[in-house]
Order: sequence, then structure tokens, then C-alpha cells
Amino acid sequence: MLHAVLLIVAQTIVLLAVSPFIVGLIRKVKARLQCRRGAGVFQPYADLAKLFRKQPVVSSTTSWIFTATPYILFASTLAAGLLVPVFVSQTPLNFAGNIIALVYLLALGTFFLILAGLDAGSAFGGMGSSREAIVASLTEPAMILSIFAIALTAGSTNLSTIVHKTALLEGIVTDPSPHLMAFAALFIVALAETGRVPVDNPATHLELTMIHEAMVLEYSGRYLALVEWAAGLKLLVFLTLIVNIFAPWGIATSLAPGALGLGLAVYLVKVSGLAVVIGVIESMFAKLRLFRVTDLLGVAFILALLALVFFYVLRG
Amino acid sequence: MTLLLAAVLACYTAGTLLPHFLRGRPTLQNYVAHGLACAAGLFGIALGAAGLAAPEPLTASITSTIPYLSFAIRLDPLAAFFVLTISLVGLAASIYALGYVTEFYGRVSLGALGSLFNGFLLSMTLVVMADNGFFFLIVWELMSLLSYFLVVTEHEKAEVRYAGFFYLIMTHVGTAFIILTFLIFFQNTGSFSFDVFRHPDTPLPQGLRTFAFIAALIGFGTKAGIVPLHVWLPYAHPAAPSHISALMSGVMIKTAIYALVRVYFDFLGGQFPWWWGFIILVVGAVSALLGVMYALMEHDLKSLLAFHSVENIGIILMGLGAGMIFQTYGLKEFAALGLLAGLYHTINHAVFKALLFLGAGSLLYATHTRNMEEYGGLLKRMPWTGFFFLVGAVSISALPPTNGFVSEWLVFQSLFLSFHIPSIFLKLMLPLAAAMLALTSVLALACFAKAFGISFLALPRSSHARHAGEVPGSMRVGMALLAVACVVLGVAPMVVVPLLDRIIAPLAGVSIADKVIALDGWALAPVNVEFSSLSSPALALLLATLSLLGLGLVAAFGGLAKARHSKTWGCGINLSPRMEYTATGFVQPIKRVFSTIYQPTVKLEQEFLEESKYFAKRQQFEFHIEPVFQKYLYDPVVDFFLAMAGRLRVIQAGSLHLYLTYIFVTLVVLLLIAM
Repeated sequence: MLHAVLLIVAQTIVLLAVSPFIVGLIRKVKARLQCRRGAGVFQPYADLAKLFRKQPVVSSTTSWIFTATPYILFASTLAAGLLVPVFVSQTPLNFAGNIIALVYLLALGTFFLILAGLDAGSAFGGMGSSREAIVASLTEPAMILSIFAIALTAGSTNLSTIVHKTALLEGIVTDPSPHLMAFAALFIVALAETGRVPVDNPATHLELTMIHEAMVLEYSGRYLALVEWAAGLKLLVFLTLIVNIFAPWGIATSLAPGALGLGLAVYLVKVSGLAVVIGVIESMFAKLRLFRVTDLLGVAFILALLALVFFYVLRG
Repeated sequence: MTLLLAAVLACYTAGTLLPHFLRGRPTLQNYVAHGLACAAGLFGIALGAAGLAAPEPLTASITSTIPYLSFAIRLDPLAAFFVLTISLVGLAASIYALGYVTEFYGRVSLGALGSLFNGFLLSMTLVVMADNGFFFLIVWELMSLLSYFLVVTEHEKAEVRYAGFFYLIMTHVGTAFIILTFLIFFQNTGSFSFDVFRHPDTPLPQGLRTFAFIAALIGFGTKAGIVPLHVWLPYAHPAAPSHISALMSGVMIKTAIYALVRVYFDFLGGQFPWWWGFIILVVGAVSALLGVMYALMEHDLKSLLAFHSVENIGIILMGLGAGMIFQTYGLKEFAALGLLAGLYHTINHAVFKALLFLGAGSLLYATHTRNMEEYGGLLKRMPWTGFFFLVGAVSISALPPTNGFVSEWLVFQSLFLSFHIPSIFLKLMLPLAAAMLALTSVLALACFAKAFGISFLALPRSSHARHAGEVPGSMRVGMALLAVACVVLGVAPMVVVPLLDRIIAPLAGVSIADKVIALDGWALAPVNVEFSSLSSPALALLLATLSLLGLGLVAAFGGLAKARHSKTWGCGINLSPRMEYTATGFVQPIKRVFSTIYQPTVKLEQEFLEESKYFAKRQQFEFHIEPVFQKYLYDPVVDFFLAMAGRLRVIQAGSLHLYLTYIFVTLVVLLLIAM
């Protein structure tokens, strides 16, 4: 019991501490690729600290939904993060929910964020909310199908079981093609869900292109800090999900201190590596027009479906 | 238990009769009718609970002089579960009605309204308890007719009369198919008793079984509102007074689910070819997806909710369909899981849909309009209604830790277990259905973000909304009851699952409560812990703890200084409601992406100033989505009948003698045939 509580606390701290770093790292990579020096990778920490200290300005049009949303968003995103194995393959909260629960916890945050976007009454917020609704609608089917393809190969929808089995090389896949397709699908989904290029651009503040940024436009001070932190957490949750499902090797499969230390180090390397990849992708591609996003997410859906078909065909 | 049954029937009957003796005193009529309905609801909840716990079904019967008809009642766990659901929603609706019907004083006869309300509840309770085909049809017809009268309560409006007429026609088409279903069983057994249907001397031949399957699907599907038989539902449910809409959408359409389970799993003995389950699954998936898609385009709050009933019936049928498919392949535990998911969603939908309809009724009560574009800013004016509506919206969007999430999770789980099925076709189809369910649920999320966001947040969009106030206490109590039920059903699945298992065990032939509930009741783990687990109480605790953590972090890093309030930046001019996003604008991207389904027609008329074509003097924007089913499926049929009737008009001369001749000739012809 004590072990479990300690592990949960440790995982919470790791997720909270690493997520601003990932955001900073991606920004740094993009800056370097644009031949700029860019701010340091630890800049997001300073930003958060500054925001926490500032007095928030809240629109008098808003209701309690607006002030409650940052807390709900923060809690639901972090809760989703606690369901994912981070540096230990067997998370203590494994019993609380499988991968579907994770998807729906994230949806809870999205729901309240959409409401908050509408609450201030400005057209920007409404526009962001409306766009977020369509992007979320299009990603969900691809996400569920790719999750199912992964669950099939591991014989489970519980994240810990999937990760643990793959890490121990149990039930080795004879042909990796379904796995690779599911990976590609989930990667596209992750880009869309976390508001990255080519679906959304986290660096933009032009009304024509904003999605996530438009929804949170009215936030300031501590509320903005929580929203930003939650956005970073969501990104980290998706990166963790991808690296630990598709390449869990190195993760601690026991509670020995050495294994835990190694697991943590390997984890940091892996998510940093994936973050660099995202930074490169963001520099290489232009943002898609909103109604072209359908095609991209359609590709993700088809890939996930093919993963499923291939799995059954290869199994015979 | 017999006493409870008598009490329920007595209270509803008294509630039906007494208001007629109190003419001219609407307040008294209101209290008597809805007070008795409350009492009956309480007794009904107790009866349902007792029926679920009882080892043997309660039976009672009164034989009649009419051949084949006996007033037989049988309260087995399946019936008891539906009695419980009906009574729970009935109780909340009656408490709510105490305040809500004051709107109708002087406009509508309260005697009629209160009496019909009780009669409607009585007929629904009898439908699920009836144990004789003839008796079932009588109470089923009674339920349809009473709900028709309730739909046309405000018959002075033309659209209400249209809705009522449409409903009346459709429900009778449905009833015709139900009669057909029972006649198939009757022809085989020579009796209308359900007990004989269940255990026939000679089993029904396969061809007739298939016929019964299809007839039951069409007959009960019409009442349930499956696509494409759903067209009446979005007209009829919103036209009724809101507490009646709550009953119709919450529980009346569930009687059809009851009947489908009864016919398929009980009368047909749970033996199906694979394609039966597949048809149910496809019908469910299509209904779910199209239901939510049409709901998104609705800006009349009550019509929006009615379309969501189509969606949720679809989700329930997806659970049942998966269960039937597993049953075919002898995977009994998974079949039981599919049924469990379907029935769990049945009670959940009853609770949150009734809550949402009562919430919509409160908005109607406070603003006198159903058009969402005229709401706005109501959360500040109606904090309680807003909160309860939010609980309902979160539940119907299947977000953790509410009840909608738990049952949708179970449906997902049963679809995911499809890899045990030997057929490769079904192995691929069930995950596709899961993807459709995912799309459905996220579109529902978008739809309720719209419904809540546009109605309750930002600035009021009309003077109706500006002058709205909170509704009376009894209406709030009715909504609160259902909101609590939403949360309890969400965080206490370990209580609900064993109860549902009592229903399912005899139908699927296997008890799965011990297998689904793991970790001393903390988690659901169908059907083994390795494959999947979910603990909604743990998630609720986790969310609460982490919200506090967020608050703690805020306090630690910067303190909880009071926020400064200021106006929203309106680009230099004062923010006005006309600058807000509208419901139409909110769903525009969705409309565009799914334009193949919506077939939208947009008409834009502009008149420009003479000086420049960049300044419009007048603009008119019209937007319609194509009512595909009505246009291509129903209109041809209606046209055909109208044409036939036109032809037959020649024999109508309006002369009594001629008609008497017709009757005489018919009689002679019939006698000749009989000889």
C-alpha cells in the first residue's frame, strides 16, 4: 500500500516536472531549425512561475464554469497521466481505468475547455471551441481503432499489461506491420489532440488559425498557468503513451531501486527524443487548412483500420 | 410484495380517476394527481427493488370471459428492473410537475392533464408486467393513446397537432407489427399466454422465427425510435409538456427495449443465427450516429434532446446486438456482458435524459421559448437549473465519473471482446462499430457543449433570457433527484451490476456478477482482470484529489489573490450578444465536414447599396438540412396512399342509401365466401 502511494506521488511529480521541459525542448528545436538561438529549454518553468504570481483578470461576463475549468482540466489531464505507465511498467492505478478511461478523462477536460471558450462571450473563444469540437470528433474514431489494434496484439486494454508484456517480450509479434500502422495512426492522433502542427499551431495568435489558443484567450494569471501546464501535461501523456506502448524497453519491470533509476533515465531520453521529432515535424510542415484536417485524420483512421485487418489476416 | 403491487396500481388508478371529481379547482387537482403519482412512484421503486431481490417471480392473474384474454401479471427480475426505472423517473417527473403545471392553469384542464399523467404511468407499468399477449396489446395501445393525448395537450398550435397525428399513425403501424409478432406465436401455440410462448409444445420453425424477429424489430423499433423508423420521435416528444417529454423519452421508448429483450431472449430462447445480432448491431450503430448528427443541427432544445434519444437507443441496441452475436457463438459470458451493458445504459439514459428534459422544461418555464439562440447567460440567472443540466450534459456525453461513462465503457468492452468470435467478418465489424460509437460519443460531447454553452453561458441573447429567473422549489427537487441518481449510478456500479446480473443470468444462462466485479467491488473487470478494468469510484476520488492538488499548487506558487474583474475585450467596442458565437455558427464546421449526410441547402439573399457592392443593405440567410428519410422513404408512401384515396373517392357519394347497399353487398359476399 505504501509502495503504491509512493509510486503514485513519484509519478505525479515526474509528470508535473517534466512537462514544461518538453514544451521548452520543442520550442528550442524549432528555434534552432529556424536559425534562431531561442529561449532556454527551462523557459516554460519561468513562464509558469510568473503566471502563478500575477493577479488574474477575469471577464465579468463569465460564470463559475470559467474559473472552475482550469482546475478540472488540470485534474483530468493529470489523472489520465497517472493511468499510463511512466517509468514503472505496473502502475498502482492500473485498476482505476484502462486506455478507454484515459481517452474519456481527456475528453472531460476538452468538454470543460470548450465551455470555458464560450463563457466569456467573445467571438474568438467561440471560434476556438467550435473548431476544437470538430477536431476532437474526427480524432476519436481513429484513436479508438488504433487503440484496439494495439490491445489485440497485447491481448489487453489495460495499459500496464500492454507495456509490461511488451517490455518482457511476451507474446512477441511475428510481423510488426500492424504495430507500425497503429503507431503511425496514434502519432497523427497525438499531434491533433495536443494541438500541434499540422493541425493547430501552438505559437500562433492569428484569429484565422487559432484553435486551442483561441479557446484559452481570456485566461490570465494562475488560471492561464494551470491551463498551460495542463496542455504540457497532455502532450507529455501522449508522448509517454506512444513511447511506452511501442518501445517500452528499459522501463522498470520491478520495484528494485536500480531498475527504477534506469527506468526514469531511459524514460527521459525517450520522451525527449520524441519531442525533438515533433519539433522537426513542426518545422518541416505547414499548418493545414481547417477543412483539410479531415484528410489527415482520415488517413489515421484508415491506417488504424488496416492495422486491424493485417493483424487478423496475418494471424490467419 | 403483493401489497406493494396493489398500492402502486391503486395510487395510479386513484390518480387517474380522482382529478375528474375536483373540477374547477386546478391547484387541488394538481396536488391530488401528482401527489398520488409521487406515492405510486415510491411504492413502485420499492416494488421494483423487491422484485429484483425476490427468488421467485411474483404472479397474479384475473381470468376474463373474453377468449384468450387474461389479466395476468408476472414480475420477474427483467420486469422489476423496468418497473424500478419507470417509477424512479415517474417520481421525479411528478415532483417536478407540481410546480411545472402551474404554467397551464386556466389554459389546459388540470384534471385531464393530471389524470392522463397517472394513466400513462399506470399503462407503462402494466406493459412491462403483463404476462399475456392480449393483455399486453391492450395496455400497450393504452400507453400509446394516452401519450398521444398528452402530446396534443397544447392542441391549439398547428405544429402540435401535426406532431400528434404523425405519432398516432406511426405508433399504429408499429402496433400492427407487434400484433403480427404475437400472432406468429399464437398460431404455433394456440394461446396468448407468455408462459406458453416461452415453453411451446412444438418449437417454432426457423422461417417463422425469422419472421417474428423482423416483425418484432419493426414493431417495437418504431416505438423505440430506431433509424429509419424514428421520424415521428423528434416531432412528438418535444411537443408534449416537458415532464411528459421526460417520461416519453426517458421511459416510454424503453418499454420497447424491454419488449425486444423479452421476445428475443425469452420467447425465442436466446437462439439466434449470427446475422440477427449483426442486424441489431448495425441498426444500433446507424441510429446512434445519425441520431447525434441530426441532434447537432437542432437549435430547438427539446428537439435536440429528442434526437439524442434516437442516439442512445442506438447505443443500447449496440450492447444488445453484441450480446446476441456472442450468444450465437456460445460465448455466454460475453453475451451476458453485452446484455449488461445494454440494460445498464437503459437505466442511465432514462435518468439523464429525463433530467435533461426537465432542465429544458425549466428553461421553457423561465423564458417561454425553446429556441437556443434566444437563451444565453442563464447560469447566473438560474444557478440550480444550470448545475443540474450540466450534470445531465456531462452524463450523456459519457464523461467520467458519471453513469453514462460507465455504461458506454461496458459497451466498448463488449465490442472489443469480439476477437473471440471465429468469424473474421464479425471480428472486423465489431471494432468498426466501436469506432462509430467513439464518433457518436464525441459528437454528443460537442452537441452538449453547444447546448449548455450557448444556453447557459456568456451574455443573454434576448430579453426572454435577460428576464429569466430560477424555477420553483418542486421543479428543482425533481431535477436534483435525477442528478443524484446520475452520480450514484456512475460511482456505484458494484451495486448496480449484481442487480442487473439477476436479470441477465436466466436470459444468458450464466451469472457474471462475480467475474465483472473485482477488487472487493472497487473495480469492474469484464471478463477478466488482465483484459480490462475500470474503477469509477477511484476515478472520482482521483479527480477530486487532483483538483485539490491544483488548488494547492496555486496557493503554493502564487497565492489565491482575488481576481480583478473586467469586461471581455470586444476589439474596441462594447461586447454585445450579437458578437457571441451562435449555436448555428458553433456547428458550422461539423455541418461542412459531414455535408454528405446533411445535404445542406443554403439560401443567401443580399441587396447592396448602389454606391458599392461591399456594403449590404439587407441580407437574408436561410439554411436547411435535407430530411432524407422523410423525403425519400415516407413521402412516396404517403403520396401513394393519397393517390389511392383519390381514386377511391368515386364510390363516395354521401348518400346513406348507397352506403347501406355497400354494407349489404359486403355482407352477402362474405356469407358466400363463408359457405
